[in-house]
Amino acid sequence: MMTQMVLRRIGIGFATLIVVSIIVFIGTSVLPGDVAQIILGQSATPETLAQLRSELGLDRPGYIRYFLWLGDMVSGDLGTSKAGGASIVSLIDGRLGNTMMMAAIVAFISIPLSVILGLWAAMHPGTWLDRVITFGTLSTISVPEFFIATILVLVLAVELHWLPAIAYMSGDETGLELLRALAMPLITLVIVVSAQMIRMTRAGILNVMSSPYIEMAILKGVPRRRIILRHALLNAIGPIVNVIALNLAYLVSGVVIVETIFAYPGLAKLMIDGVQTRDLPLVQACAMIFCGTYVVLILIADVASILSNPRLRHPK
Amino acid sequence: MTENKTKEEEVLAKLDTFDELPDAPPKRRIKLSWIGKLSVAVVVFWMIIVIIGPSIAPYHEMDMEGEDSFLDAYDNFYLGTDYLGRDTLSRIIFGARNTIGISILATLLAYCIGITLGIAAAVRGGWVDMGISRINDAILALPSIMLGLIAIAALGSSIPILIGIASVIYATSVFRIARALGQDIMVQDYVEAAKARGEGLWWIIKSEVLPNAAMPLATDFGLRLVFVVLFISSLSFLGLGIQPPASDWGSMVRENLQGLTYGSYASIWPACAIATFTIAINLIVDDISAKSGGSLAKKMV
Repeated sequence: MMTQMVLRRIGIGFATLIVVSIIVFIGTSVLPGDVAQIILGQSATPETLAQLRSELGLDRPGYIRYFLWLGDMVSGDLGTSKAGGASIVSLIDGRLGNTMMMAAIVAFISIPLSVILGLWAAMHPGTWLDRVITFGTLSTISVPEFFIATILVLVLAVELHWLPAIAYMSGDETGLELLRALAMPLITLVIVVSAQMIRMTRAGILNVMSSPYIEMAILKGVPRRRIILRHALLNAIGPIVNVIALNLAYLVSGVVIVETIFAYPGLAKLMIDGVQTRDLPLVQACAMIFCGTYVVLILIADVASILSNPRLRHPK
Repeated sequence: MTENKTKEEEVLAKLDTFDELPDAPPKRRIKLSWIGKLSVAVVVFWMIIVIIGPSIAPYHEMDMEGEDSFLDAYDNFYLGTDYLGRDTLSRIIFGARNTIGISILATLLAYCIGITLGIAAAVRGGWVDMGISRINDAILALPSIMLGLIAIAALGSSIPILIGIASVIYATSVFRIARALGQDIMVQDYVEAAKARGEGLWWIIKSEVLPNAAMPLATDFGLRLVFVVLFISSLSFLGLGIQPPASDWGSMVRENLQGLTYGSYASIWPACAIATFTIAINLIVDDISAKSGGSLAKKMV
């Protein structure tokens, strides 16, 4: 039964990916801003437009173009960028690595941090530290990522001169220099991602705390610590894993802002530049990478919550 | 004449006694903590600025009146000047109208779309529900900023397009809530009773479903508004939202960012303006939902 559920969930994930590719494709090619028109701009005449359209294959029906595009994507040919005609694979190469490295470090720091803080807050609800955590995280999730980034720059770079304001990377930094260059974007992202995770971990535990078996344990006189660690935490693992994956997905939007503000040479910066110059093939490729990662993360979360549910693991 | 009046009073008195019947549910009254009250004050303050802002701003948003760019506060430039020597305070006051006004419009539109489709899906069920839900899930399965970027890459950026994009993206979550609420209400006894009485579908939606879904949807409106403000100001910050020279809090942060390294606060103030507004709304929503909850875990403290 469980294998079946997992397989079905993976199937749904795959279907979502297909739908995502359709949305990305429709979003960038069928809408009024047609590539040929953008390329020719003001100088477009009906004749030149028609010619360029047939050169680009735009005169073929949409669904055929979609399948051709999807085929290219899957086989790793992401097309050529409109600006400069460089192949998109070469543009993305390296930048993808930079973004992945940043995301990995952020995940590595923020997951343990938020689970511990969330647990701590749930174990001592109502204490001043819990209030500080609750208020701090609520404020953090209510403000835009760039607010946190600007405040950090003001404090750490401008006032205290501890860190550089821009993540300039030439590619041959040694460990410590690299860390200094990365510190500011990393701190921003850790704050942004952890805030939501702490809140949801705390809420998840408190939610389990209101279920009848916990009430039973309280009435029986089990110490509070033991209740949380033995009863509540084990039952909250599914939701918590879910929260973690969901919030790693938050990284996607965080990364877009942070890479822009600190001029970090990552994939999101490349995509924003693509949107600004309306370089549609580049936007398509980046959007597919980001959305694909997002869908896969959510898929992992769902599978994990199926696997962590003992009722599904041991069906009657 | 007097007879009529006494009769009227009698009826009114009867209505009063009805109100005090033990079965009548207690009137819902929301009591806010002092933090909640303070937050309401902040939101009301910004709403007033949105309405009367342009008439109280010391300068016009586009006037380059200051002596130089990135000056600290002096004379009647209470928050200093920005990168073009414009008055930061005036631009924040004008910007409130763009940032908050556009977000409220987009959220309202999202609600119209989301509630209409959500209630339709809940009431109709069947293939209408299936169709709308699947499309909805697909849009929800993507990060909103990515959808925004794709749409702007294709359509370009202007205020109507921004409102359109934000409202479609956030209508998906409203749809989910409205549909769930609608489905809950549709199986209640009073709806069954109304159906049995032979009331029409529209009557049921108008008199039973919408009033009962109103309160939860109203709390959600606050949260959704915060998301839309963050979404639109993030796009503006990326240079893809509201276009200069119009003032908008997100783009103000971006355009004055270079001044930060010389210690100018011109990019900090608009960022703080966004923060006060969004934090205040979230605190109000938090206050309301904390009051309506109440579990054993809380009593354990």
